[in-house]
Amino acid sequence: MAVLLDKNTRLIVQGLTGREGTFHAKQAAAYGTNVVGGVTPGKGGTTHESWPIFNNVHDAVKETGANVTVIFVPPQFAADAIMEAADAAIPLAVCITEGIPVVDMLKALTFMEGKPTRLVGPNCPGVISAGKAKAGIIPGHICREGRIGIVSKSGTLTYEAIHQLTREGMGQTTCIGIGGDPLIGTNFIDALRLFTADPETDAVVMIGEIGGTAEEDAADFIRREFRKPVVGFIAGQTAPPGRRMGHAGAIIAGGKGTAAEKMAALKSAGVHVVKSPADMGAKMREVLGK
Amino acid sequence: MKIHEYQAKSILARFGVPVPRGEVAFAPAEAAEIARRLGGNVVVVKAQIHAGGRGKGGGVKLAKSPDEAEQIAKQMIGMTLVTHQTGPEGKKVSRVLVEEGLQIDRELYLSILIDRAAALPVVIASAAGGMDIEDVAAKQPEKILREHINRGTGIVPFQSRKLAFGMGLEAGPAQKLVKLLDALYKAFIETDASLIEINPLILTKSGDLLALDAKVTFDDNALYRHPDIREFRDLSEEDPLEVEASKFSLNYIRLDGNIGCMVNGAGLAMATMDIIKLAGGEPANFLDVGGGANAEQIRNAFKILMSDRNVRAVLINIFGGILRCDVLAEGVIAAVKDLGVPVPIVIRMEGTNVDQGKRMLNESGLNFTTADSMGEAAQKVVALAGAPV
Repeated sequence: MAVLLDKNTRLIVQGLTGREGTFHAKQAAAYGTNVVGGVTPGKGGTTHESWPIFNNVHDAVKETGANVTVIFVPPQFAADAIMEAADAAIPLAVCITEGIPVVDMLKALTFMEGKPTRLVGPNCPGVISAGKAKAGIIPGHICREGRIGIVSKSGTLTYEAIHQLTREGMGQTTCIGIGGDPLIGTNFIDALRLFTADPETDAVVMIGEIGGTAEEDAADFIRREFRKPVVGFIAGQTAPPGRRMGHAGAIIAGGKGTAAEKMAALKSAGVHVVKSPADMGAKMREVLGK
Repeated sequence: MKIHEYQAKSILARFGVPVPRGEVAFAPAEAAEIARRLGGNVVVVKAQIHAGGRGKGGGVKLAKSPDEAEQIAKQMIGMTLVTHQTGPEGKKVSRVLVEEGLQIDRELYLSILIDRAAALPVVIASAAGGMDIEDVAAKQPEKILREHINRGTGIVPFQSRKLAFGMGLEAGPAQKLVKLLDALYKAFIETDASLIEINPLILTKSGDLLALDAKVTFDDNALYRHPDIREFRDLSEEDPLEVEASKFSLNYIRLDGNIGCMVNGAGLAMATMDIIKLAGGEPANFLDVGGGANAEQIRNAFKILMSDRNVRAVLINIFGGILRCDVLAEGVIAAVKDLGVPVPIVIRMEGTNVDQGKRMLNESGLNFTTADSMGEAAQKVVALAGAPV
């Protein structure tokens, strides 16, 4: 079954005519995703790499029946693109863009309240359902179809987790990159809820980072409601306080948001926490008794 | 991005938040001149550095005359000020703020930032001003008041009154706080600030509220749309290597160890630091080369890494999604040949054409060690780096 993306996915790309949009649309299509068109304001009515281009998301959805959009739009315009997607009531919007100002995301999230669109990201590698479809930049060739779900704040560290699982003979259902920004559309709890409802997902790998309280909140949720095994890793055990470690959300502020706190919270909720990023796959193997 | 107190006050003043009269001085004579212009009996001379705790460190002094202000400024400008927030090496003082002295009745605390969990701006207030707010939060949490701000309305007057009366202010000052918070919120949103902290917010004996100290940090992602705020950047407050790296759009943070790291992706870069530590080593830096791990960026990254004299070995951990490992290997070989990197380099790569890439590195004749996994890479580089200095 997988979550968020499957064989019924009809994907449009906001920013398709740009360099990133073009490259990743082709990659998605090569992976088997049904890419049905793109949105670039002002280029509606034209064709790009044999895909129809529309002036806005509303037109694209109307003409193509798209149910997912992936946003490859520069940071100054990305929040606007998110709001446009929500206004068109497309069920899923995945925003890859890094560098969106926080105030803009505040506006976008406020705008989205009460609307049916789910946002994943921003500042994330996107979503991939192994063997079915992808929306974003996660390379398909490292994935295998299987029964492990992944939810992660990171990009390449997520690929590392996928790679380890694949090498251990454990394939994936869906990998959700929730992104490294302080304000995001889908958090750990949202993703875990999706995995609860997916009969094909047996266990989850959860990758967090320093900053904020999302992992601690997830730990509470797991303790109360999540019954599938979870292997967890928190990046930034050695990060100095007060410094932004790449991701806008990865900062230990006022003593809060340390990796140690997050690891302790997850452990106390029954999550199998690994100290080393090299042990994620092996730990899952051990936990599932494979 | 951080700015100095006097810059923060100028921004707040622009939005209508009351601040003491004062000006920045870069030389002792200027301090005297400013003191003369301010008049009154007492001025305060405050060292301007990007760190708190200046009072305790001797960076805040009262002057009873313009001459005394000049003497104090002479002592402060050029001094290395050490506070509990600067680290033992302290920060060099190049300018001071000379401000009117005020009759303080009470010291309060006020700040505004984004509450990530609520995804809303939040105003934090406390009657326990002039103290370490984290200390207060830990020992007397009931003294911390919070009001979340609705994006559509901004801060509503009843919220400001709630905070005012919660801090024990009377009707007059409470009304002033309503105006102040309105201005503060506007400043926060319109400048794309990440944090505005006023500690202390003072109530004077004549019933006025003023920001006696102000700390403002800005959302780096929004600086592109604030050219005036970009002007406030003080490069002397930043690590020179980090400044250099930012010119190449490299995300670099200097640390204390001897193992240089080059990684693509912030999460993977943090995880690489973590695994080096777990293997018994000490990372010299955080470095995210991002999605552009092309030949030029690799070269720039090596230059930055090797400018740190502590580096005894380098670990390159690149997980290429789209990136081809043979292309990466080519870039690394070219950079090392060109720059002459004198330390051993461990490379762990994953992605398309990984076997080809490894072969190229092994056959290059350069001091490369390849590794298959992150664990193996960490162990190898720790062994090669030797004991941390």
